[in-house]
Amino acid sequence: MMKSASATTTSASSFLPAFMAGQNVSSGAGWVRATVFIALLVGAPVTFILAHVFASSGGVWEHLAQTVLPLYIVNSLLLMLGVGAGVMIGGVGTAWLVTMCRFPGKGVLEWALLLPMAMPAYVVAYTYTGLLDFAGPIQSALREVFGWSSARDYWFFEIRSLGGAIVVMSLVLYPYVYLLARSAFLEQSICVLEASRTLGQGPWKGFFKVALPLARPSIAAGTALALMETLNDFGTVHYFAVDTFTTGIYRTWLGLGEPTAAAQLGAVLLLFVLALVMIERVSRGASQYHHTTARYRRLPGYQLTGWRCLTAQTFCFTGVFFGFALPSSVLAWWSVRYSTIGLDFLPMVRNSFLLALVAALAAVTVGVIMAYAQRLSPTPMTRSTVRLASFGYAIPGSVIAVGTLIPLGLIDNALSGFMSERFGLSTGLLLTGGIAALVYAYLVRFLAVSFNGIEASLSKVTNSMEAACRTLGQGTMGTLRLVHVPLIRGALLTAGLLVFVDVMKELPATLIMRPLNFDTLAVRTFSLASDERLMDAATPALVIVLVGLIPIIMLSYAVARSRPGEKS
Amino acid sequence: MNMMFSKTPAIQCGPGPHCSFTPSKGCAADPLRMSPCAPGSACLIMDGVSCAYGKTRVVENVSFAVRPGELLCLLGPSGCGKTTTLRMAAGLETPVDGRILLNGQLVGGQGMHVAPEKRNIGFLFQDYALFPHLNVLANVAFGIRNKGKAESRDRAMDMLRQVGMEAHADSWPHQLSGGQMQRVALARALAPEPMLMLLDEPFSGLDKRLRDQIRDETLHVLKSTGVCVLMVTHDPEEAMFMADRIAIMRAGRIVQLDEPETLYRRPVASFVASFFGEVNRIPSNVRQGKVHSPLGAFPAPGFKEGAEVDLVIRPEALSLELEDNGNATVLVSHMLGRSNLIHLRVESGYGPPIHLHARTTGPLPHIEGARVSIKLDQSQAFVYPAEEQVETETMPEEIPQPPPNLGSFC
Repeated sequence: MMKSASATTTSASSFLPAFMAGQNVSSGAGWVRATVFIALLVGAPVTFILAHVFASSGGVWEHLAQTVLPLYIVNSLLLMLGVGAGVMIGGVGTAWLVTMCRFPGKGVLEWALLLPMAMPAYVVAYTYTGLLDFAGPIQSALREVFGWSSARDYWFFEIRSLGGAIVVMSLVLYPYVYLLARSAFLEQSICVLEASRTLGQGPWKGFFKVALPLARPSIAAGTALALMETLNDFGTVHYFAVDTFTTGIYRTWLGLGEPTAAAQLGAVLLLFVLALVMIERVSRGASQYHHTTARYRRLPGYQLTGWRCLTAQTFCFTGVFFGFALPSSVLAWWSVRYSTIGLDFLPMVRNSFLLALVAALAAVTVGVIMAYAQRLSPTPMTRSTVRLASFGYAIPGSVIAVGTLIPLGLIDNALSGFMSERFGLSTGLLLTGGIAALVYAYLVRFLAVSFNGIEASLSKVTNSMEAACRTLGQGTMGTLRLVHVPLIRGALLTAGLLVFVDVMKELPATLIMRPLNFDTLAVRTFSLASDERLMDAATPALVIVLVGLIPIIMLSYAVARSRPGEKS
Repeated sequence: MNMMFSKTPAIQCGPGPHCSFTPSKGCAADPLRMSPCAPGSACLIMDGVSCAYGKTRVVENVSFAVRPGELLCLLGPSGCGKTTTLRMAAGLETPVDGRILLNGQLVGGQGMHVAPEKRNIGFLFQDYALFPHLNVLANVAFGIRNKGKAESRDRAMDMLRQVGMEAHADSWPHQLSGGQMQRVALARALAPEPMLMLLDEPFSGLDKRLRDQIRDETLHVLKSTGVCVLMVTHDPEEAMFMADRIAIMRAGRIVQLDEPETLYRRPVASFVASFFGEVNRIPSNVRQGKVHSPLGAFPAPGFKEGAEVDLVIRPEALSLELEDNGNATVLVSHMLGRSNLIHLRVESGYGPPIHLHARTTGPLPHIEGARVSIKLDQSQAFVYPAEEQVETETMPEEIPQPPPNLGSFC
C-alpha cells in the first residue's frame, strides 16, 4: 500500500488540469491524487462497516438485538455518563486550581497531572484488581485485622464492575479535559475575570459565571475525546466483565465467528462515535471565538491557605496518585518481586517495537504527503479529503479491525482461489495473515495523530520560502526534501513518537488482527491478566507505561512553559 | 533526477515561429519595438495575459515586454494585480488567457505551463524567504546546479562578495539584520545566473534610510550583471529611481507604460498623474474647445462641447507671488522640510471660489491671510475626462505586511 502511494507522488506532474487554472501553480496534482488515494484507503474500513448495516447475517443480528444489544447500549451509556462526569469534575477542577490558585505543590502538579495519560486503562484495571480483589493485599489485611474469614463476613467495594470501570477510566482519561481546560483558562484574559470581580462577583461566582462558560467549548472537546477513548476501550471492560460494544464485537467475531453481525454492532457503535465527533468539532470551532481581548496579565493566583489549601492539594494529588503513582509503583514492585522474564519476553518486546516503528513510519510518511498536498492545493476538495482521512482517530480499534479484516479476507480468498486455479499455487492469507493488515489498521486509527502535528508545523515554512525553492530550481519533491522536511524535523519526530506509543498501548485491534503466535506486550499483558496471572503481567505492562511516559514528559515540558501573554 | 532540474535549452530570441513580431505593427507585446529582438537576447514577453482567482479576474489582458538588460517596474496601488503578474512570469500562477514567452520560448498560456523550477528565473521576495535551516553560504549556493561542490561554493562566495556579505558566509539567517537578509536574498537569486530577475516589493521591509542605500546597491548589482528585471512596487519614487520603464497598473490593467520622465510629464490619465503625488483636481466643462478656470483657459483638444472634464494641476506647478490685488488668499501654510505646502482660496468669475494646494520650495514667505497671485507652469496642467471621485485611489504610505503564511497578491 505504501509503495503505491509513493509511486503516485513521485510522478507529481506540474501540469494542471484545466479546472485548476488560476490556482496557485505549485499545486502538484500528483500529491492531491496521492491524498485522495490515501483517503479512500483509510476510509475503506468505516465504509465497509457502514455497508453492513443492511446486510443479512442469517438471524444472528436479530438474536443479538433481542438479547445483548440493549445491555450493550445501556452499559455503554452508563459508562459514558460516569466517565464523562468523572473527567469533567477531575479535569476542570484540577485545571482551575493549578491555573488560578497558588498553593504549595502547584508547580509540580501542573505537569504531574498529565502523568496518568501514560497509563493504559487496562493496565490500571489489572493493577487495582490485584490490589483490591478478595485475594489482594488490602482485603487480606482487613481480614487479618478484623478476624473475618470469608467474603460473607463483610462488604467490600467490587472493583470488577461498571462502577470500577468508570473509576479506572476517569482516573486515566481526566488529563484530556485537564489539558484543554487549562489552556482555555490560561487564554482567558484575566481582565475579563477582574471585570467580573469589580461587578460584584466573588471568586467562586466568577468561576461559575465567567470562567466556566468561557471555557465550555474546550471542556466539551476534552470530554468528547475522553469519551472516544472510553468507547474504544476493550481491555478494561472485558476484564471487568462489563458488556459493551467492544466486548460484544470481539465475542461475536472470535466467539461466534459472525463477521457480519460484528460489523453491524460496530455500525451501531459508530453512531455513538459520530455524536461525539460532532460535539468535538462544534466545540473546537466555537472555542476559536472566545477571545474578546488580547490583553493578558499575570494570573491572579488566589493564595490558598489552611483547609482550602489542603483540600486543593488533596483533590489534585488524588488524580496523580491513584491514576499514576500508585499503579505504577505497584507494577514496579510486582515485576521486581514476582515476575520472571522468560525466553519469550525479548521477542515480544521486539514485536511490539517493530510494529510500533513500522506504523509510526507509515503514519508520518502518509501524514507528510497529506499535509503537503493540502498545502500545495488548498482546494475544498483536498481539504474534505484530508478530513475524511483523519477521521479514524475516533473509530474504536475493534471496529477498524473488523472493517479491515472483512474486505482484506475477501481479497485474500479471491487471490488465493485465483492463484491455485491458474497456477496451482497456494498463497494462503497474504494480506490478513501478516502484520501488513495490522499496520494498515494502525494507520487508519492513528493517521490523525501524526497528521495534525505535521500540518500545524508546516506553517513554519512560509509560502515565499516554498516559492523561493521552486524558482531556485527544485520541483515539489525537491522542495519537500530540502526545505519542508528539514524545517519540520522536530514535529515529524514528535508525530512519530506519539503514534509509536499509541501503537504500543493499542489492544483491541492488535488482539483481533495479530498473526498467529505473534505476541506483543499489550497482548501478553491482556492474556496473562485474563488468566489471572496479574503479577506476571506486570513486567510487560510496566514496559508499556515506561515507553508511554516519553511523550507525556515532553508534553509536560511544553505545558510547563506555555502561558500566552507571558512570552516575550 | 538531474534530468528534471537541468536548464531548459535556451531558444534564441529573434524572428521565428515563436515571435509575434509583425513588420507593420511591431512586436505584439511591445508595440514600441519596431524591429525583432536581436537573436540570443533574453527577454520576457507577456502577451495579452489574464489571471483569475475563481471568478474574480485580477489581471486583465496585460501586455508588455522586458527588453534585454532592462529594468521594468510594475507600479500600482495594492490589489491592482501587479504581484499576480509577477508571479505569472515566475510560473507561480497560471494565466487563464494570453501567453508568456521567456527568451523567445513559450512558457505559459495556450495550454502550456513550464514549472517555476524550469524557467531559469530569480525571484526576490518581499520577506526575503531565506531558508532558516541553512546558513548564508548554503542559502546562496542552494540554486546553483550542475556544478561541483567547490565550484558552487566559489560561485556563492563570489555572489556574496558582490553584495558585500562575504564576511557573513557562515552566519545564520536569524542573525542578520533586514538589510543583510535582503542582500543575501539578492545574492541567492542571482547565483544560478537567471535570465530574468523578478523583484516583489524588495525594499518594503526596510526602514526609510536603509531603504535608499540598499536600493542603490541593488540597482548597481543588477545593472552590473546585465540581467533583465521585472520589479513590483507601490512606491512611485522607488519606481522612478530603479526603472528604465514603468508600467502603471490599475484594477488588473496597464494604464500607461513609459519611461519615468514621460509618465511624469505626459500622463495619459488622471490616475497616472495623481499617482506621482497629490494633485489639484478642478471639475469643469469644455466650452469652445477650452477649459476655463480661475487660472486661465486650457486647450482641451478632442473633447466635445460641454463635456465634463477634470483639470488636473500638480501643486508644484503653481508658483506664488505676494501681490495685494492677487486673486488668491493664503489659508494655511505648512513647512514640510524640503518643501512648503500652501492651501489657497482662489476667487474668480468662474463659479464659486476653489481650494488649491501649492507646493513651493525655499523659505516660507506666504503669511496666512496674505493675497497672492498665481503663476502656472502650463506643462504640468492636464485635462482628463471627469472621473467619479469614488474611484480616485489614495496610496497608503506603507502596504501592511501580509501575514507570513499567506501569499501576497499585490
